[in-house]
Order: sequence, then structure tokens, then C-alpha cells
Amino acid sequence: MADAGMLRFHVPEPEVRPGGTPDFSNVTIPKAGSAPRPEIDVDPRTIRDMAFSIIRVLNRDGEAVGPWAGLLSDQELLEGLRHMMTLRSFDQRMQMAQRQGKTSFYMQHLGEEAVSCAFRKALTKGDMNFPTYRQAGLLIADGYPMVTMMNQIYSNEADPLKGRQLPIMYSSKEHGFFSISGNLATQYIQAVGWAMASAISNDSRIAAAWIGDGSTAESDFHAALVFASTYKAPVVLNVVNNQWAISTFQGIARGGSGTFAARGLGFGIPSLRVDGNDYLAVHAVAKWAIERARRNLGPTLVEYVTYRVGAHSSSDDPSAYRPKAESDAWPLGDPIVRLKNHLILRGVWSDERHAQAEAEILETVIAAQKEAESHGTLHAGGKPSTRDMFEGVYAEMPPHLRRQRQQAGV
Amino acid sequence: MIEAIRDAMDVSMGRDERVVVFGEDVGFFGGVFRCTQGLQAKYGKSRCFDAPISEAGIVGAAIGMAAYGLKPCVEVQFADYVYPAYDQIVSEAARLRYRSNGDFTCPIVVRMPTGGGIFGGQTHSQSPEALFTHVSGLKVIVPSNPADAKGLLIAAIEDPDAVIFLEPKRLYNGPFDGHHDRPVTPWSKHDLGEVADGHYTVPLGKAAIRRQGAAVTVLAYGTMVYVAEAAAAETGIDAEIIDLRTLLPLDLETIVASVTKTGRCVVVHEATLTSGFGAELSALVQEHCFYHLEAPVVRVAGWDTPYPHAQEWDYFPGPARVGRALVETLEA
Repeated sequence: MADAGMLRFHVPEPEVRPGGTPDFSNVTIPKAGSAPRPEIDVDPRTIRDMAFSIIRVLNRDGEAVGPWAGLLSDQELLEGLRHMMTLRSFDQRMQMAQRQGKTSFYMQHLGEEAVSCAFRKALTKGDMNFPTYRQAGLLIADGYPMVTMMNQIYSNEADPLKGRQLPIMYSSKEHGFFSISGNLATQYIQAVGWAMASAISNDSRIAAAWIGDGSTAESDFHAALVFASTYKAPVVLNVVNNQWAISTFQGIARGGSGTFAARGLGFGIPSLRVDGNDYLAVHAVAKWAIERARRNLGPTLVEYVTYRVGAHSSSDDPSAYRPKAESDAWPLGDPIVRLKNHLILRGVWSDERHAQAEAEILETVIAAQKEAESHGTLHAGGKPSTRDMFEGVYAEMPPHLRRQRQQAGV
Repeated sequence: MIEAIRDAMDVSMGRDERVVVFGEDVGFFGGVFRCTQGLQAKYGKSRCFDAPISEAGIVGAAIGMAAYGLKPCVEVQFADYVYPAYDQIVSEAARLRYRSNGDFTCPIVVRMPTGGGIFGGQTHSQSPEALFTHVSGLKVIVPSNPADAKGLLIAAIEDPDAVIFLEPKRLYNGPFDGHHDRPVTPWSKHDLGEVADGHYTVPLGKAAIRRQGAAVTVLAYGTMVYVAEAAAAETGIDAEIIDLRTLLPLDLETIVASVTKTGRCVVVHEATLTSGFGAELSALVQEHCFYHLEAPVVRVAGWDTPYPHAQEWDYFPGPARVGRALVETLEA
């Protein structure tokens, strides 16, 4: 037993800091195919160990193995690959546009493309996501026009949000994508409320909540789990653990619980961990959780184990807080490369076709960018009017805002 | 007034099945002040239910429900407990329509008992209205009587935007004039205690003149309306007392017309003085009525201390303090 005596204050530290050699030897990676696939009405108490393991489908050789494999056709997988490649290409162009001063801010998905792209394909039209800032794959995979996303990023005259929102804070009810808030975790409980409303209305639509590892420390996350558990809300509670909250490693939010999925156990919520860089695993687990929600079996918490390869946003430099080569050492690899290798193994894809697809996608993205830029960028060309700034605060403009708009001379 | 508030929810739930009511203790028990009594029995557990003790959860869930298409009217047990939900109210409910350009909207009502005068100490007595009037995108209501409370609450539930509905708890059982050592008249013996049956609304953004007068305008809301009436009666000063009813949007027209006529203005509220809603009111009066003013605008408000327990009646702006302010502004 430890000595009684002076108390010592504990501040956890990541394994390695800049200058050190990346080391993920403490991250246990179970063999692909080894996790069981329980029935959807499983007693959550019997699968508590799944909150500490990782469900994986694609193995190191690119084969899809185990009970979570086999849900998607070649065509669906090829489509999934294209979505992820499109998102990556979109990110590259928009990150560059930000560097060129065409917008104020950008956030890319590099390394995390599988999570949102695969999840979207498990949903049904009418379901509602309450996303954070790193789930644009939900839009791309649902066919939302890239040019509309870019118009929003540029805050130009064609921006559907009239220049009111920070870049990438999209909103599309039609595409099941709730308006993004920059305040973290607030939308987790809103997703639960939306799901409760769907149940109150005897509807069949379900909600999906999204949060990052760092923001699970917010009290709204815990409120959401209580409400979801109490009312058995038809919601999937997604936690994207990309290891880093800006410069803060995930251990600061996680504390002593071992995993983020473990947070669900105290609420009696079935909680799974999944390889977030494995398109097939993400899709299969999403499907399972969504099915549970739709059949009145209540919420499921899913932790996606992934890695944020890029910076948090266009405003930070990760080399200041983690080793430069850390992303190369990440043991779960790259989601696009892994799906590509799987499709090659299945005989429906090749390096040549991949290179060709990359070039085609880039062309499409550039064409969308040209079109968006014809409507203006943040500092040049067409922009939303100052008059628009005063609209939409309320359904009907109250007298004090009318007076202020007059004062502003618009 | 409790019955009027309950009746407003009852009427709204009966007319529109999208209206749902929930909060701490509001379901089976009917709320600690009994404002939701009987609603669960009448409309079922899907329409009126108990919530966990999590104000952020209650308001956050309500926002999600509103985005879905329901019209939640939720209760925060005391205004003093609203702070965990403040982020949800400010960053989400108030901003959703604007930031999504109307793609998603947030027609919710957050009801909460406000104000002091019940020996509730600092955690059951606060008046946080200015924390909400400062937020663009919210509407803020403080009714002062049962007839208004019912009509305003129905209007709030039917409103397409987020409404903060502050219920002065000292008025729940009768008009309170600040004389804590005298018995309170029950609403049954007061004109404004008469509440019409069925559906009616009192429009948001319209003040009511409670007492016509020529000497000085008093701007008040909630409990302070009765304190001002007592002060006018006891000093014999011919005050025009305006019950604002809605703080945001504000009925500036009625205020300006009155101050232009009287040339003097006293602003009264229970909330602490500094950066209180009275600061906004006196700034507006100064901006719009400067050349008609014959005296500086005077504010009577709670002292800038936390709300005390034992010293409640020294803190609470009573008829004596308001009366002194009336005399002062007439002598200025």
C-alpha cells in the first residue's frame, strides 16, 4: 500500500512530446474479426467488455473478417471509397483556400474520413445528425452539393447561411444535418431531445449525436447520457476519439476510465468501441446501433478509435505539442488506403483506377471551387448584404432591430 | 396566478398536440409550486413528465424537441437554478434561427419562478432577467397578474421563437405591495385575478398602464408594479405606472409617450442595480425623451449584494424606498 504522507497532485501526460519517438505500444489493438456481434436486443450487462475492446473488420492483409463483415456490396464499398476520397480532396482544396486568404478558418478531416462517411450510409432519409465540426462526410456521403458547402466556407453571396456562421458550420435539415454550434457538447443533449420528440410523436426516425473525446468532459455530455438512458431515447451516441483535443491529449478528458465507451456503462447503455479507420467496421457498428434505436431498444454509445492526422483547425500547429511522425506510427492506419487495399483484394479496384479516380475527383472539386468563387470569397466578390445581418434574429423583426438597421443605414 | 399559468398550459396542450411540458417534479406531482398539477393525468406521460435534475439537460432536450417540430414549455424550478442551462439558452436557443438562416428554429418556452419576498435566501430569490434581455434572439416576459400571465404564456407558447417566462413567485398567491407585515389580498379579491376561460392571448411587446398619472412615470414589472402602486398611494403623488409585461421586445412607444407627458421617470426592479434592466430603461428614456425631462431618471433596485436571507426586507425595494424616489424626482 502507498505511504500516507504528503499528498501528491497528479496531472496525466501523453506518452511522448515533440522531439520524442512516437509510441503507441500502450494501445492494444485486438485482431480483426475477433469481436463478437451480439444480437441487437442483448442485455447490456453481458457486453460490458466491448467498451474496452475494438471491433475491427479489415485485417492487415486487407481482408474483411469476422461476424461484423459482409454487409456491404462491392458497389457500396466503391461508393464509400469515393466519398472518403472526395472529402479528403475537398479538405485539401479548402485548407489551401484558407491559406490563400479566401476564407478565415477551416477544419479538415484527414485520417477520420471513414467515421462520418460510413455512418451516413447506415442512416435512413429523415434521420437527424447533430454533428460537430469534423463530420462533413455526413453531407458528402448524402450527396449534398460541394459547391453549397464552399459557398458557406467563403461566406459569399450564395452562402445559404447568409454569411452569419463561421466557415464549415453547415446546416441542412433536408440532409439530416443539424446546424453546427461552435460551443462543444451542447448538441449532444439536443440530439437526445430530438430523439425523444420522435418517440413522443410515434415517428420512426432516429437521431445521431456527435462529440469528440475532449468534449465528453462537458456536463452536457453527462446530461445527454442520463436523458438517453432514462427515456430510452432512439439515439446513437457517437464519440469520435481522435486522440487530441487541440493540444490536449485524450487522457485529460478520459481520466481513469480507460476508454470513452466506458462512460456509457454506468448509465446502462450498451457501449461499443470500433476501429474508426475501418470503413466496414464503422458502417457495421453504426447499422447495429441504428437498428437498436429504431426498434425501441434505446440508445447505444459508440466510441470511434481514430487519429487526427492534421491540425485541429487552420489556427494551430500540431508540431508544437506532439511528435511530427506520430500520425505515421498510428497503428490503425489510413482509412482510404485500407479500403482501397480491400477493394483491390476483392478484385474490383486497382492502383491505376485509384489514381485515375483521384484525378477525376480533384477535377470535380476544382470545378465546384471555381463555381463557388464566382459567387465571391470572404474578402472579394459577391457577399451577403449588411441588411441580411439584421434578418432572422426572430421570425418577425422587433422594433428595436428595425431602428438599429435604420441607424446602420441599410 | 398559479391556476392561470396552469390553465394557459392546459389550453395550449388541448389545442396543439405538439405542446409538451416537462421539468423537475412537474409530472406526477405537478411542480413544487403546482403549476402543472393535473396535466400529466389529463394529457398522459408523453406530454407531461418528470425530468432529471439537470437544467442544461431540460433546456437542451427542449431545443432538440423544438428542432424536431414540437413546442416544449419547460419549467426550471427556480430562476436561481437556470445557470447550468445558460449556455443552452444563449448559444443555442437564441441563435438557432439566425445561424441556420431559418433552416432550424427554436419555439420553446422556459418558465421559471423569479424574485424574492418569500424568505428564500440567495438561491430562491434572484431576478436574472437582465441576463436574458442582453441576449439577441430571446424574448423575455415578466407578468404581474393572473389575467396577463395566462394570455402572455399562451402567446409565448404560440410564438415561433425562444421565450423566457419569469413568474414573480411573490405574486403567485396575491398582489404583493411590499408591506410584508400586512396580510396579502388574495387574487380572488383583485380585478386582475379574474381570468377568462379558454383561449386568449396578450400580445408580446405591449406594456399596460396600471395607473394613469401626470406627475411622474414609473416603469416597473412583476411584483414592483404593486410596490409602485402602494408608493403612489402613500405619497399621494400622481404617478403614471407602466407595467412593462414584456421586457424584450420592449414597448418603447408607451414609455416615450408617458415620459414625454410627465417629464419625470422612476425605474423600479428587484434585481441588482448595476447593469440591471433599469440601466437599459434609463438609457432609452434619456435617448428618446431628453428634451422633455425635468429631472434625472431615478433607479430603485435591489442593492448590489447577493440576495440576503435575514435582511430580506432591507434589500427588497419596498414602498418607502420607491416613495422616497418619487418625492426626490419631483423635488429635483
